[in-house]
Amino acid sequence: MLRVIGAPSVESLFAHIPQKLRAERPLDVGPALDEVSLLDHLSSLAGQNHAAQVSGHLSFLGGGLTPHHIPTAVDALLGRAEWYTSYTPYQPEISQGTLQAVFEFQTMVAEIFGMEIANASMYDGASAAAEAILMARRLNGRPHAVLSAGLHPHYHEVADSYLSGLHPEAEQVYRTARLDPTSGCTDLRSIEAALDEQASCVVVQSPNYYGVVEDLAPIADLVHRKGALLVVVTTEPLVYGLLQPPGALGADIACGEGLGLGFYSTLGGPAVGLFASRAAHTRAMPGRLVGETVDKDGRRGYVLTLATREQHIRREKATSNICTNTGLMALAFTIHLCLLGRRGFQELARLNLAKAEYARRTLAGLRGFGLRYQGRTFNEFALKVRGGDARAAVERLAGEGIFAGVPVRGPEGEGEAYDTLLVAVTERHRKEDIDRLAQALDGACP
Amino acid sequence: MTTKTMTNTTKTNQKRGPVETRQLLHQEAPIFEQGTPGRTGASLPPLDVPAVDEKALFGELLRPEGEAAHLPEVSEVEVTRHFTRLSRWNYAIDIGLYPLGSCTMKYNPKVNERVARMPGFASLHPSQPVSTLQGALALMWALERALCEVGGFTRATLQPAAGAQGELTGLMMIRAYHQDRGRHPTKVLIPDSAHGTNPASCTINGFEARPLKTGADGLLDIDSLRAAVNDDTAAIMITNPSTLGLFEERFGDIIEIVHRAGGLVYMDGANLNALMGKFRPGAVGVDCMHINLHKTFTTPHGGGGPGSGPVGVGPALEPFLPTPTVAREGDRYWLDFDRPRSIGRVHSFFGNFGMHVRAYTYIREMGGEGLTQATELAVLNANYLRARLVGTYPLAYEKPSMHEVVLTDKRLKKETGVQTLDVAKRLMDYGYHPPTIYFPLPAVTGGAGALMIEPTETETPETLDAFAESLIAIAEEAGREPEMVKEAPHHTAIRRLDETAAARKPRLRWTPEGGE
Repeated sequence: MLRVIGAPSVESLFAHIPQKLRAERPLDVGPALDEVSLLDHLSSLAGQNHAAQVSGHLSFLGGGLTPHHIPTAVDALLGRAEWYTSYTPYQPEISQGTLQAVFEFQTMVAEIFGMEIANASMYDGASAAAEAILMARRLNGRPHAVLSAGLHPHYHEVADSYLSGLHPEAEQVYRTARLDPTSGCTDLRSIEAALDEQASCVVVQSPNYYGVVEDLAPIADLVHRKGALLVVVTTEPLVYGLLQPPGALGADIACGEGLGLGFYSTLGGPAVGLFASRAAHTRAMPGRLVGETVDKDGRRGYVLTLATREQHIRREKATSNICTNTGLMALAFTIHLCLLGRRGFQELARLNLAKAEYARRTLAGLRGFGLRYQGRTFNEFALKVRGGDARAAVERLAGEGIFAGVPVRGPEGEGEAYDTLLVAVTERHRKEDIDRLAQALDGACP
Repeated sequence: MTTKTMTNTTKTNQKRGPVETRQLLHQEAPIFEQGTPGRTGASLPPLDVPAVDEKALFGELLRPEGEAAHLPEVSEVEVTRHFTRLSRWNYAIDIGLYPLGSCTMKYNPKVNERVARMPGFASLHPSQPVSTLQGALALMWALERALCEVGGFTRATLQPAAGAQGELTGLMMIRAYHQDRGRHPTKVLIPDSAHGTNPASCTINGFEARPLKTGADGLLDIDSLRAAVNDDTAAIMITNPSTLGLFEERFGDIIEIVHRAGGLVYMDGANLNALMGKFRPGAVGVDCMHINLHKTFTTPHGGGGPGSGPVGVGPALEPFLPTPTVAREGDRYWLDFDRPRSIGRVHSFFGNFGMHVRAYTYIREMGGEGLTQATELAVLNANYLRARLVGTYPLAYEKPSMHEVVLTDKRLKKETGVQTLDVAKRLMDYGYHPPTIYFPLPAVTGGAGALMIEPTETETPETLDAFAESLIAIAEEAGREPEMVKEAPHHTAIRRLDETAAARKPRLRWTPEGGE
């Protein structure tokens, strides 16, 4: 090869890198490991973690990621190299598999949210919410956003990171609408007070971070009356197997996190950001879009389309900087929803509701605990740990093989005590599991 | 079910046998057109708690039955066949050479997949107590150290979910750095050969992107840089090697010019695979660089993600890293949220941990020498293809190539009317995924259509020879029967698609009335 190139050595191919820029020493990242040693090393690291499937922990963790059972067929199909070792489908003639799967994903996301269109996915729920705010700003030219205090605190933080560059002078780049202390729903008057003519959108999560299902229709009315857009976020799309979707209640953009229904939780990533909108706003959307068309012989086929919104064509004028999204996770989500189907999606939602209602009633009656909010919930709810520290209770129960939930502060955040426990209950929990949690929690907080 | 048997019968093929692409493929209707009402592939546990009166609980918030999400009603067998059949309509690295320049489609070791699926990694929840996540935090810590070693940085964040989000994160830190010094510069200088994500990342973070010219030799024009730099310069965003596959030989000067004006240097690390063990950007003054784990460190591209875009930083930007960072004391690890000057979070949780696991596995499998050798072979392979093809497809620029080579259709188009797109499409008939085309933009390549070829280190000399011969054969075909090449591909299951129609009247989802 060197002879064909006309180079004396491989090293000579690097000769044009000036000496003063060259690496001063060899790389030190540890010795190369053979496959046996490699697997031993990684197994040992994996073994230092506790996980439901490893150490037998019983887990009620949710808080933005509620893991569901992922049918075996999902991973079996995902393991086909034609899916996971291909790239973004730039050449449609040899990428119809990915393109058609994305088209089906877009259809299902739109259906679940009751929206007209959806894109090919975003990184995760938090960046989807942040990009929704940016999209709303593009649509109506107003600079600010109003965020419900029921929006996941990490989503608040990511929105803050995304927006602060656009308002370098501002102390706070968004306003917060507080929660009603009794129901746990976003307080309408608080939204109204924050919603001036500078506000491009109101972002509401439902069910919100504390599990409470929001009453979206009156919020949509208010938001639209003020000329702003309503962004509805969900971290648990399964709820729309049972309840009215955001599209039917006036949302202009609906987005959220699909990982819980898509794939193994994997410490929260890779995730899959879901993003849907009204068709009128298609050209303001971020991310890839796949559209149906025909080939030269008139056969149905699919292509990446409306690329004039995107960074590789429009550069600084693009609607987003996103390039790689989360194709494989979107495929996992699609396969799972195909397996569930219309009926299974509804039944799974009902099952989650029933189990969570049983847990809610059981746990709220325990000594030292009560419901933080009275509002209606789906498969997650907030327990108030009276006079106690939810973090200590969680640590203690982890030692007994139970992840009891996510210990959190109240919606005012900063300064509040960690006196709230978010408990998520799904089809994976048997009645005995819930009873075991109740028994372990009983008296755990004096 | 209709089936279609592929044939390859063009005259030219009989003369010179391209790679066989004969295959039985099923025309696969959208899943929504399959199955029957009431059918499901779900296996749900029984209801073992009291049923809930949903109507009483939710009233009018319930989704009416007639408006239920229209999901498919199919069995597990139908789902399995559907997605298996669709998969066969995809090209993939495991099928053959995928020389997409800048995308770095190298082989993805199978052991990575096995490790990522170990339950001790795959079933972790991000809200578990950190005392139960010690192995995961140890892995993230070790990966951060390894990436810093390769890049020459002091610290890194693993949060960004892809390269473009890494760019955005870097720009947020650069802004925070200037603000911390009471400065508010607004411009970021970007060579015109840069990836489109660079200027787009600037815009969505409120910076103004200012293009810099590529000089006559293909490297950044230093005079254009000198003229553009001033006290409103927040940073330069520069890809090295550039998207032309050329090392920026005056990189030392570039860094000095920008730093002297108070700006910072952001290096786009998309092409880091050309540099391992040879050049450590952080060690020579680069302040910040994202690293695409799905390029340099063999995590699979997944048909368009998930990627992973950690960002390495030097001392200037360290205080501004996203929270949380992983901290260590002795053999205990924890999450450090106490970073008052941090830009905050950029991900729902900790980034794409599944990709961190794969990248770390690869790094440990290779070792330092192995990574260096990967770089050497990547550069060797690109230069070999360059030498084999330069007589047929003239270079965009004559400078030495690194891990990829940018060829053009200059001569072919003039002599035969066949251009880059046609060559790309015809390559499919020979059994290859085409290279990246028309990038860098024609403005950068003297008006010619670019073929940006990156073979990567994981290809054999035999594969490279066969690929080079295919490209030469296509040029010959273009001389003999240009119309045939312009009509390519001929052997794919579907022919060129009408992209104009797709954009004019977008059909972005399946609907019953649109079904066949």
